[in-house]
Amino acid sequence: MYALVAGGGKVGANVGRSLLRMGHEVTLIEQRPYRYEQLQEEFEHQVLLGDATELYVLERADIARPPDLVAAVTGDDEDNLIIGQVARERYRVPKVVARVNDPRNQEHFDLLGISQTVCAVSNILGLLEHEVPEPGVVRLLELRQENLEIVELRLDRDSPAAGKRIGGLRLPEGSRLISVMRNGRSELAYDSTVLRPGDQVLAVLEPGKEDELHRALTRR
Amino acid sequence: MKLVVIGCGRVGASLAREFQADGWEVTAVDEQQEALDRLGAGWPGGFVLGHGMDSEILRRAGVPDADAVVVSTNGDNTNLVIGQVVKLRYDVDCVVVRILDPARAKFYEERGMQVVCPTQTAIAMLAQTVRKTTAALQS
Repeated sequence: MYALVAGGGKVGANVGRSLLRMGHEVTLIEQRPYRYEQLQEEFEHQVLLGDATELYVLERADIARPPDLVAAVTGDDEDNLIIGQVARERYRVPKVVARVNDPRNQEHFDLLGISQTVCAVSNILGLLEHEVPEPGVVRLLELRQENLEIVELRLDRDSPAAGKRIGGLRLPEGSRLISVMRNGRSELAYDSTVLRPGDQVLAVLEPGKEDELHRALTRR
Repeated sequence: MKLVVIGCGRVGASLAREFQADGWEVTAVDEQQEALDRLGAGWPGGFVLGHGMDSEILRRAGVPDADAVVVSTNGDNTNLVIGQVVKLRYDVDCVVVRILDPARAKFYEERGMQVVCPTQTAIAMLAQTVRKTTAALQS
């Protein structure tokens, strides 16, 4: 596979290196001259000096082929958005992945159709919430293309679902329980599984159904 | 009529003043407080300090009910993103975006964006001036 990586900071260099180790063909684009020189020692002819939002720079990196993958991972969200749009819409690149630096810009990526994004800040915050379980719904994973997400809930003592079989619960349409973690051990959720207070439950659902699921499992 | 100018540098500030003088209700947005000075002493219009990528700033500047929005920060990609957000999210009919790079300007113009490319204009005018001048000298 041919992959074009825009942005040669820590993220871009590591993505490029990993893809090369997997045996893929890679071109890395970096616009800062001093960083480019550092990268050249490792990546040699596979790194290119230039602004990856300039079409002629992308064309020098053979974007017209087109690559199987473009990873827009610069430290600038506007640049990543434009690289993503240009790659997909002008050069018909089949797979575009973009880095979101500021989680507040996530809504712009969604609006402008760059659906495969990675945001380190959001991921870290998600993990922190996972470490400190609170009553409520914690988003663990967003599957944007599938329009699904995986969430975690904890059943408290008053939960109406405690003591009931999963098969007997009235869960919102478009949601399903995946697993139940109890005393540090996790088991797949079956219709016959009986829930207990303190259980940590994983569920898959359509985005927007979190509150409904939360109500169904935790409120009388 | 309401105009919001995002990016209040030389171009944005002059444009804001021109429309304010024409009787428009104008709000300028810039992330630097100094930009307010460019609008002149006693600027009667609005000024919002902040970045145009910030939806809250766009709302405070009155983008949702603006008749026209001009995006003229000093970053092409910033302008392209803000221009699309304003058009798609707030449904403003007249959104004009300044793009310095002719290649990106052409691509986004073909996608239906209203783009002004000063570089392209300068190229065309320089070429025209050279042709006219040399032709006059030869005759």
